[in-house]
Amino acid sequence: MFEILEKTSLNPTVTKIVINAPLIAKKAQPGQFVILRATDKSERIPLTIADEDPAKGVITLIYQIVGAGTMELNSLEQGDQLNDLAGPLGKATETDGLKKVCIVGGGVGCAIAYPIAKKLHQLGCVVHSVVGFRNKELVILEDEFTKVSETMKMMTDDGSHGEKGLVTNALEALINAGNEYDQVIAIGPLIMMKFVCGVTKKYGVKTIVSMNPIMIDGTGMCGGCRLTVGGETKFACVDGPDFDGHLVDFDEAMARGSMYREFEGHAREEACRLYGKEG
Amino acid sequence: MADMSLQKTPMPTQEPQIRNHNFNEVALGYTYEMAVGEAKRCLGCKNKPCVSQCPVAIDIPAFIERVAQEDMEGAYQVLNRSTSLPAVCGRVCPQESQCEGKCVRGIKGESVGIGRLERFVADWHREHAADSVKKPVTNGHKVAVIGAGPSGLTCAGDLAKLGYEVTVFEALHLAGGVLSYGIPEFRLPKSIVNHEINGLKELGVTIQCNTVIGKTLTVDELFDMGFEAMFIGSGAGLPRFMNIPGESLKGVYSANEYLTRINLMKAYQEGSSTPIMKAKRVAVVGGGNVAMDAARCAKRMGAEEVYIVYRRSMNELPARHEEVEHAQEEGIIFKTLCNSVEVLGNEQGFVCGMKCVEMTLGEPDESGRRRPVVKENSEFVLEVDAMIMSIGTSPNPLIRNTTPGLETNRHGCIVVRDDSGLTSREKVYAGGDAVTGAATVILAMGAGKSAAKAIDEALCK
Repeated sequence: MFEILEKTSLNPTVTKIVINAPLIAKKAQPGQFVILRATDKSERIPLTIADEDPAKGVITLIYQIVGAGTMELNSLEQGDQLNDLAGPLGKATETDGLKKVCIVGGGVGCAIAYPIAKKLHQLGCVVHSVVGFRNKELVILEDEFTKVSETMKMMTDDGSHGEKGLVTNALEALINAGNEYDQVIAIGPLIMMKFVCGVTKKYGVKTIVSMNPIMIDGTGMCGGCRLTVGGETKFACVDGPDFDGHLVDFDEAMARGSMYREFEGHAREEACRLYGKEG
Repeated sequence: MADMSLQKTPMPTQEPQIRNHNFNEVALGYTYEMAVGEAKRCLGCKNKPCVSQCPVAIDIPAFIERVAQEDMEGAYQVLNRSTSLPAVCGRVCPQESQCEGKCVRGIKGESVGIGRLERFVADWHREHAADSVKKPVTNGHKVAVIGAGPSGLTCAGDLAKLGYEVTVFEALHLAGGVLSYGIPEFRLPKSIVNHEINGLKELGVTIQCNTVIGKTLTVDELFDMGFEAMFIGSGAGLPRFMNIPGESLKGVYSANEYLTRINLMKAYQEGSSTPIMKAKRVAVVGGGNVAMDAARCAKRMGAEEVYIVYRRSMNELPARHEEVEHAQEEGIIFKTLCNSVEVLGNEQGFVCGMKCVEMTLGEPDESGRRRPVVKENSEFVLEVDAMIMSIGTSPNPLIRNTTPGLETNRHGCIVVRDDSGLTSREKVYAGGDAVTGAATVILAMGAGKSAAKAIDEALCK
């Protein structure tokens, strides 16, 4: 039912798949996610939708192989079926009324940031993009971002591509150069989003972040994805995944995200053995 | 002449100290002889006080009479007239406050074991009768059911029997609702749930999993697709937390999450890829059936000490009597008149304790139960490495946010006009926890049943 129509490797750890999912494709908006199970033994994993084509009835997912769930997903090839796929879940990223926005993407988070940049561009909003990767080998979606951005900053940790430095350096430089953004939208590792929020708070620029906590059902039942936002308990699956970054308790989210680190290490080893790959 | 022995035929069970290490079913079920013997205790009262307390109005004396006559298939047919899920109800209904609570035999001695007999008959039918479910002739009307839990499955089954073309939309990858994700294997084996669901499929019910109504499709889109009426049985929703310090520490679970990991995602099975904490000392906060399930699961997952922390006394525990008894036998420690005020964490951010206060009972509150009051200077620390919150849920917002004109109350529960389950939207009915807030399987089934009747009346007028 949910056939993988295309599978492309974007870099050594990041893969793009196009899946037949007409109902989801019809509804999906940038910022929303799906829950999937690769096989009938797999965990339910949330993945943000990278692109959708309602006419063709397909959605695109871009994922990084990080644990057993994504490794099982990656064992499927073109022509295989996902066991389960549900969505689109969560609230879409709000784009109404934005005139000038800086999109900050980090690593595989760029796969989620890009559709938002594209939509804003289509709506006539001025888009500046700052994207960051560890090194040149891991860069994804560079051409795509360039096409929809008036200004584009490529950052790598080791300087092997674009400028050497962190996304926060580039963002701060853009703000200091006199760019007045209605909003910054930051999507990437928690630590990156935390530091982006540190910068934007200083300059009083509203910042939206996309949170990806541990999740099971993804439909508002289990409460596993809870976060503290502005002192209140919020659930990423139904209240988010987008939140006001200046109100998110990132330290708590980072701590909760590490809850199963030990278990995941074992599960990853198991999956590696199963799929005969290097861990 | 009825057997006048004062005691119910006891239910054979796994030994407590063995069963608290496995997930196999606790109650083993009556033997044929036990069932026939127990059935003979029924007086066959003409006014049937037991039936008046059954949310789905099973003709209890009629089915028990057939058991006594050893006509097990006949007994099953009586059950089948009123309930689509007898093997489930026989196991999880709170009989002591329903049918058995009104049993005349209970006035002097113990009531007839109605639930145990219901379970026996359903199990006997499953194991012995060649299922010859005949798909009814279709009447051409299409009905959508939202949620494949107890209320939705009941509504779907009743409508299918009347010839409706029913599609059940389920958000998760598996049908069953709380029967699949919530109630553990040792209380309700999943093979039984699957059997009941397959029975519905044979009746012609289509179950479409992985479809989140309110997201994948909306109620109005279902009407556009040709469904003429709808039943919303979307269940209880998001877990509540206490809003005390430390609730975000690693090792604090909602009961929904803990049970979902274990039941739906099979974390109890060897080699499961579902992560779960193997805690040694676990506190479950709450006193309902869900709390008992979570506590008993924790014990089976290898915890040495498991506490139920409940702010009222043993007398006010909302859980079924049998669940409390089973939990006690299995070594669950009841810390009643005790409330949690803070969760304590270690340097790595994992739970290492729970600060509690002792309570006393004051004057009755609006619920009629005596209000728990904090005892002064009674603070103490319970050493635990996991904490499971089982203090209720608030309704899921997905359907109410995407269905214009659907009235909900201040808690977010769907408002229904009367017992038919009709909502503020024409041809849209609702029932179960989505309407009442967290309640029981059988009440949800009763609501599904009434709605099926009302839908039939509305569409076939």
